Amino acid sequence: MAQSIAKEFTKGLWAELPPFRLVLGLCPVLAVTQSVENGIGMGLATTFVLICSNFLVSLLRNIIPAKVRIACYIVIIATFVTIVELLMQAFVYELFLKLGIFIPLIVVNCIVLGRAEAFAGKNAPHMAIADGLGMGIGFTLSLGALGAVRESLGAGTILGTPLFGPDFQPFTFMVQAPGAFVCLGLMLCLMNLIGKK
Amino acid sequence: MTDYFVLAISCIFVNNILLAQFLGNCPFLGTSKKMETAAGMSMAVVFVLVMAGIITWITDTYLLKPLNIEFLRTLSFILVIASLVQFVEMFLKKSIPGLYAGLGIFLPLITTNCAVMGACLINIKEEYTFLQATVASFSYAIGFGLALVLFAGLRERINIARVPQPLQDTSLGLVTAGMIALSFYAFKGMV
Repeated sequence: MAQSIAKEFTKGLWAELPPFRLVLGLCPVLAVTQSVENGIGMGLATTFVLICSNFLVSLLRNIIPAKVRIACYIVIIATFVTIVELLMQAFVYELFLKLGIFIPLIVVNCIVLGRAEAFAGKNAPHMAIADGLGMGIGFTLSLGALGAVRESLGAGTILGTPLFGPDFQPFTFMVQAPGAFVCLGLMLCLMNLIGKK
Repeated sequence: MTDYFVLAISCIFVNNILLAQFLGNCPFLGTSKKMETAAGMSMAVVFVLVMAGIITWITDTYLLKPLNIEFLRTLSFILVIASLVQFVEMFLKKSIPGLYAGLGIFLPLITTNCAVMGACLINIKEEYTFLQATVASFSYAIGFGLALVLFAGLRERINIARVPQPLQDTSLGLVTAGMIALSFYAFKGMV
């Protein structure tokens, strides 16, 4: 029992690491990772929505008719996204402004709907929470890692602290739009290399 | 008139929804392996995005704002888009079966395409008037189609080339997308 929960939890961390392995939910991955702070903030918001929606979908899985399940899932997800939106507006307003429209766009993040459809709709609530937590943490770590690469190269800082001393010329390409694609592509290549061995 | 023209240019090239705003990347990578699917997806997006842009603008201006319930924007927009897609699908199936066969499988995917929802939210955020919102939605959709078709063309060529194994498929796809984004970056000075 405990073993299978651990299995559902850990698969999100490497074997099915959302943005890299499943190539889902790329928009926030590319858009908000100019810095580590934004990346992790976005990741945590998504994690919250993932866990809550997974739990509720799993609880209601025998009540929701199969024909209208996608519509029901979307309403459940949208409810939690609205909650996150209001919470962030109240407590971390600066981050809320930086992430902008990407907070409401968690609704259409394929990972959240994908997990509801592929996992939570078929499994018991405690498994669904483990799955949501694992996927969410995997997603947060990926965003943080990409943010770290882009921030350190593009601005020469990590979480605002300078890394390379005053003479460093920032590689601004990395924090701009094209850099996001190239950087994610190269990280995916690196993961493929490691995964092969 | 010039204002609308400038708005259209800026939405198609400068603020291209895929390459500068990072919206709709899942279908961008998912449907770009073949030219036909890319063209089908682009058509479906143009169709739905314009209608969604108009309807969400009306919903926001005449329903959410007068009642002071803007916090329900996310929920209401996604419901509007989802039901619109469903409605368009039924309508096309009955009246224009040819077009339905072409767009068929792409229509349901559009509900979770963040380009549609994102463009609607941008329209509201920028406080566009009704006409501006319509022009912007249409231009965003055209920009989406343009980038997607360009990208699909490149990917078809890459498929023939010999690529090192770890770089294959999505990985090189992303790097290629970066190169296209770089070329679109040159439009920054235009508007």
